[in-house]
Amino acid sequence: MIRLFGILIGLFFAVMALWAFGTGLGTVISDGQLKEATAEHEFHLHPRDAELASDGAFGKWDLAQLQRGFQVYKEVCSACHSLKFVAFRDLAALGYSEAEVKAIAAGFQVPGVDPNTGEATTRPGLPTDYFPSPYPNAVAAAAANNNAIPPDLSLMTKARHDGSNYVYSLLTGYRNVDTFSIDGKKVKEEFPEFATPPNTHFNPYFANLNIAMAPPLTADGQVTYAEGQPAPTVDQMARDVAAFLTWTAEPKKVKRTQVGWPVLGFLLFATILAWMAKNQVWAAIKPKKAKVVQG
Amino acid sequence: MSFPWAQQYQPVNPFMRWMDEKLPLPRLVYNAIGGGYPVPRNLNYMWNFGVLAGFCLVLQIVTGIVLAMHYASNATVAFASTEHIMRDVNWGWMLRYAHANGASAFFAVIYLHIFRGFFYSSYKAPREMVWLLGVTIFLLMMATGFMGYVLPWGQMSFWGAKVITGLFGAIPVVGEPIQIWLLGGYAPDNAALNRFFSLHYLLPFVIAGAVILHIWALHLTGSSNPTGVEVKGESDTIPFHPYYTAKDGFGLGVFLLIYCAVLFFGPNMFGHPDNYIEANPLSTPAHIVPEWYFWPFYAILRAFTVDLHIPFTSIVIIEAKLLGVLAMFSAILLWFFLPWLDKGPVRSGHYRPLFRKFFWFGLIPAMLVLFWCGGAPAEEPYVMLSQIATAYYFLHFLVVLPIVSMIERPEPLPYSITEAVLGEDKDAVLGENAEPVGV
Repeated sequence: MIRLFGILIGLFFAVMALWAFGTGLGTVISDGQLKEATAEHEFHLHPRDAELASDGAFGKWDLAQLQRGFQVYKEVCSACHSLKFVAFRDLAALGYSEAEVKAIAAGFQVPGVDPNTGEATTRPGLPTDYFPSPYPNAVAAAAANNNAIPPDLSLMTKARHDGSNYVYSLLTGYRNVDTFSIDGKKVKEEFPEFATPPNTHFNPYFANLNIAMAPPLTADGQVTYAEGQPAPTVDQMARDVAAFLTWTAEPKKVKRTQVGWPVLGFLLFATILAWMAKNQVWAAIKPKKAKVVQG
Repeated sequence: MSFPWAQQYQPVNPFMRWMDEKLPLPRLVYNAIGGGYPVPRNLNYMWNFGVLAGFCLVLQIVTGIVLAMHYASNATVAFASTEHIMRDVNWGWMLRYAHANGASAFFAVIYLHIFRGFFYSSYKAPREMVWLLGVTIFLLMMATGFMGYVLPWGQMSFWGAKVITGLFGAIPVVGEPIQIWLLGGYAPDNAALNRFFSLHYLLPFVIAGAVILHIWALHLTGSSNPTGVEVKGESDTIPFHPYYTAKDGFGLGVFLLIYCAVLFFGPNMFGHPDNYIEANPLSTPAHIVPEWYFWPFYAILRAFTVDLHIPFTSIVIIEAKLLGVLAMFSAILLWFFLPWLDKGPVRSGHYRPLFRKFFWFGLIPAMLVLFWCGGAPAEEPYVMLSQIATAYYFLHFLVVLPIVSMIERPEPLPYSITEAVLGEDKDAVLGENAEPVGV
């Protein structure tokens, strides 16, 4: 009885699934294609490698680069983007001294309360404070940016596929939509309908190719790096800020891989021992041609 | 416990003798996973996954309890408290990665455990109850895993919760009230997050209880084995300890190597980048996908794109969405009926030539296709592929398996487990003169 019911139910679902398949196949045949080709699909580029020191299983932080990246964030990105999960005290990990951290924190105004009147006010930041948002709230952020709210950058490199390389590629990826081509195919010729709406900017590394953010790094030397640092080209600044945001997204990234190696080493050793122990235990009853030896 | 020749627990130490009289807990352990549990001598490495699953459950409970000490289940701060764990809690990053990837490891191990059961027909009599409890554990795990993924309150958490609870909305008439009741509101919010956290903390202990029943039921019949031939005598078995504790110890080492490689070198490879964006009810992600371990069933859900209607009319009997929901739940619930769908007397796939072909060239490819399509966007060719695989999935369990078990002519079985291991004893008359193997 169960088998009879089972067969009927099984046939029902199979027929319905194949019916849906047939309908889908009909659509594909009448359309003559599996799915509609879109500019977003054909002209989207995968991120280019930012070649950061923290990449890979043996990665290390390049503290000088992180400090340069922080400088780019502070002088360029922080005008619009918050960094709300990072506290000033965290910056000590970039190699800043206690006094330097205090000075950096004091350079930011954070929300506070007037000790005399209890009214909301601002005060200079302390190392325990978190990076303040450039806007009082989301409505203000949208109003100031043509309704596109600048996302928080704390986790940006983890919140996008291949995030570190993505940030680097996006910042250096603005192109002229009229001349942009891949393998000699121009986006404007392949998709005449494709347009970059007002207040958006063509960038093939962005998911739908049109990003609301205007190119933030536009000229070499936009940020003045300290003596002895690489020349602040757009490419270098993009790389540096990508490195910095890799750190903000996962400050424990390098520690993680550094802990990982000894753990794997220990486990490998323990597993080999377990393998040998298992063989020793089982040797007594290993199948042999003749009678089994007593254990 | 299960066989008369099982070794007896004989405490020597006076304290242990006293303990054995007052509360024979050591005896229980000895009989469950010690020398007192005789196990078939021919188990292969596919029999390691039960112990590994138990290890994963303990790992999840231990890491989860510590995470709960730092997590705040309030929609306004849940995401921030998760980041607090990642940044400020001592070794919090490791705990959270261990827990998130522990869920993946748990499901990976359980899927291998279940497919071991499919191939060797472990569900067949006399182990039906072991199987039923196992499927129950799997369902509890799915509920726990789903609710755990909601807790960080990222974009996938929120939209996953919305999609999954929305499934109940497909039920005619009462669907919408049920969905609102489940969520405690019209959309996932604080009420939903709080109850999910409460249940996410509760269910693992329910699982632990079900695991105890699962093992209890197993010990009444004893473990199955790759030949599917039941234990006939003492020479067929060896004590669980030291033989299988040693073998499981090695298996655990290999498991931990893979698990730690992911944990320390690619902890986000099974996650979705969107879940590092805080939940935003106003912004729908481009592709809402659940965690990888739900992909096969998610593919089945999405495979039903056509309403059941009377052809050439617009009279709808069952809407496509409801069909998908019914199919998805049926896809798992039908496992409960396997012991009665597959009535073939032979258990092991090694001796079932026809069953084996359908298993390797039907079920496994269909599952892999469903897995692949479930994680892909809902567009062609993935939808069409998942429709074919879905059709096969239901045909396999509900049509092919019952029919195969009726018409199949199994290959000759070895006389006993001992014979399968040591080869036929030509000098001996079958079944006689066979000396028990000393252990």
